[in-house]
Amino acid sequence: MANSKNLMRIISAAVALAFVISWIFKSMNGMEDTTWLNVRQGALVTIAAFLTLSIYSFLYGDNPFYRFAEHLFVGVSAAYWMSLGFWSTIVGNLVPRTHPAIADFFQIAYSQDIPTYLRLIMIIPVVLGILLLLRLVPKVSWISRWPLAFIIGTTAGLNLPRYLQSDFIQQINNTFITMLPAWEGFGSFFSNFSFSASGQFAMIMSNIVIFVGVVCGLVYFFFSKEHRGWFGVASRIGIWVLMITFGASFGYTVMGRISLLVGRITFLFHDWLNIL
Amino acid sequence: MTFQQYIPIIVVGIGLIWIFIRSWRGQDVDRRIVFSFIGLTVALALIFQVMFGERATAIVRAAYDKIENLPEGSRILLSYDFDPAMAPEVHPMANSFIRHAMAKNHKLYLYSLWATGQTLLQESLTEVLEPEFPEKEYGKDWVVMGYKAGNEGVLNVIVTDIRKMYPTDVHNTSLDSLPIYDGVKSLKDFDLLISVGGGKPGVKEWVLFAGDRANVPVAGGSAAVSAPLLYPYYPRQLIGLLGGTKGAAEYESELIREYPRFADIDTPALRMMGPQTMAHVVIIAFILIGNVAYFRGKRKRRSEV
Amino acid sequence: MKRQIPLIIIMTVGWVLMVSVFVPPFESWGEEASLFFDIIAVFAFFLGGGNLIRVHFTKINRKSEGWGFSVVTVAGFAVMLILGLFKIGGSISAPVDTAGTPFELMFRYVMSPLQATMYSLLAFYVASASYRAFRARNIEATILLIAAFVILLGRTPFGFYLTAWIPESFSILEIPNMAVWIMNSPNLAGQRAIMIGIALGVISMSLRLLLGIERSYLGGD
Repeated sequence: MANSKNLMRIISAAVALAFVISWIFKSMNGMEDTTWLNVRQGALVTIAAFLTLSIYSFLYGDNPFYRFAEHLFVGVSAAYWMSLGFWSTIVGNLVPRTHPAIADFFQIAYSQDIPTYLRLIMIIPVVLGILLLLRLVPKVSWISRWPLAFIIGTTAGLNLPRYLQSDFIQQINNTFITMLPAWEGFGSFFSNFSFSASGQFAMIMSNIVIFVGVVCGLVYFFFSKEHRGWFGVASRIGIWVLMITFGASFGYTVMGRISLLVGRITFLFHDWLNIL
Repeated sequence: MTFQQYIPIIVVGIGLIWIFIRSWRGQDVDRRIVFSFIGLTVALALIFQVMFGERATAIVRAAYDKIENLPEGSRILLSYDFDPAMAPEVHPMANSFIRHAMAKNHKLYLYSLWATGQTLLQESLTEVLEPEFPEKEYGKDWVVMGYKAGNEGVLNVIVTDIRKMYPTDVHNTSLDSLPIYDGVKSLKDFDLLISVGGGKPGVKEWVLFAGDRANVPVAGGSAAVSAPLLYPYYPRQLIGLLGGTKGAAEYESELIREYPRFADIDTPALRMMGPQTMAHVVIIAFILIGNVAYFRGKRKRRSEV
Repeated sequence: MKRQIPLIIIMTVGWVLMVSVFVPPFESWGEEASLFFDIIAVFAFFLGGGNLIRVHFTKINRKSEGWGFSVVTVAGFAVMLILGLFKIGGSISAPVDTAGTPFELMFRYVMSPLQATMYSLLAFYVASASYRAFRARNIEATILLIAAFVILLGRTPFGFYLTAWIPESFSILEIPNMAVWIMNSPNLAGQRAIMIGIALGVISMSLRLLLGIERSYLGGD
């Protein structure tokens, strides 16, 4: 125990030393106009690099540097969203509807052409918002169900028509497409036949796979009937189509994560170490 | 490719052979070695600047052609719906859209459904829009509307009345005093809506709550993780899609090829495709090596039984 | 009252939004309801922040294990909130995240690297999982792996160079074209099947809420 504490102290001292050296180097080689700006920029880039490496230290194992960075992130990002939300939506949408003097104080354009009742009803979201905050007070936390009900009702009312139209009706509509695109008869089909990616055969295959794939995929998700006989065959094809889908998603996920890694290593090499 | 660009390929190749031999012998390869290996691959590819050319696929080209073929002065809305975790993939897309729209003399309206999008948007302004298009005037050719909380709730308002949700732009100026908003009441008055994102709200919400409802074409740029989910909307509800760094690189390559003024611009997505390619090959090799070792071990166990 | 009022609120606001989509004169009602929702959303951010601080203060008070890290969270939160809510170093008329303000610098040099790096950690775990976990144990797993292979190769220039020799009349076999075909056909079909399934779920749940059948969100008493 004492040994691990000592080791931690040594590591912390080494990291602090590396941090200071990096700061000095970055400040000396800065591109800003004044010394103060260079010193500030040096400190900021070094902090960013230190935090980046702190997170990466988790790859070796859980450690205090990682936990420090993780906890810092949680606090900073919560406050960030609160600040942006306050200035953009509370001040941005409420203040212009209140009073010219208040709008003046916040130096925001006052909305003049709004009827009085529209100004007055803005009290509703404010009251509901305050009731929502009462969730933090155990004795009266039940009252937060009112604003919560408003949030749930809005989400349901917004989602129902949109999902019905865009993700259901429109998707069915998009699936019932011609199986034989650009069809001009068998003669033309066979005389121009090729395995070209832009050829008619590829287009026909594509449309057939889309139709069969969607139907079989839905059959697989249909659990009210036992997956036997032709239904079982369709369900099996459905699984295969879904497996290709998951394979594609896996491929894209790998792609995305690698891109983020490239982004971070670019930062370390370019912005911090200046070797790119 | 120059000789020095082969160095990472050789180093990575030797490393993979070593991992293969260990796995073939049934020896364990520590996960930290695997971690180091993937980090080293990306680092080497970056240091030695391995780069490849690109050509646009149909789905990317469709988005490009839409902006290209819109008449001059068309209204394009570009929404920054991402955070720093997606930025390496999607920020280059947003920059490309800005360049293309400005070069074609369209009017550009910058929105954000993510708070982080509003802050990240500034980088595009200081690094792309303002230095490359100094002749373009704020409030006349482009405008920043910024972030509003509420996700699809925001879209449900601006689809019929922008001023109700955005009484002012990001600088607290009334929309009525910005010439770019003359004759613009709602999203229905736009010619193209572009969302660049990768989470919720993102391209999907723009399709559902804005494009489909207002009957305005939507194009998207998406982080790779969520790009496959958007394919069911293409091409009827989503006219084009840039998926991940590859999609961004394809768009950059089209811009460079077709606009001489962009020949020397920074192309971060194209630069990223070198390390990206190397890392993909390594991952494929890992899957292959892992499976070879697995089946060999299985056969060995069976023969022992 | 504890149960009736939330039910009335849900049904009223939900149906107002529904009607506003289909009946143009009620359009503005839907806009107002959405605007209220957006403002309440900000209070939800405040609730989240408040809850976070409460949890960490409790940890600090009780000196629970790792309470020192809770101090870091609270300090980070407090500094960022003061910089943001009071627009320290910036003008009141300028956006809170104007470039060069302490708030923006905290975002760019603290929050941004932390978040980006945290997500990029997954690259390492994906690599490790590829080596250790992805096995072609059965037909389904093999199909998944083959699809992933084609996509991984096809979405890089390497895949293009590998099969560039294939003549145009067989170009469907070129890896990049196969990748595009997978994305545009089977992937599209599978995603659409999932999408329709989710849509049905969302629609039925929304209907249950709007009709007052679903009440689990009301909790116990």
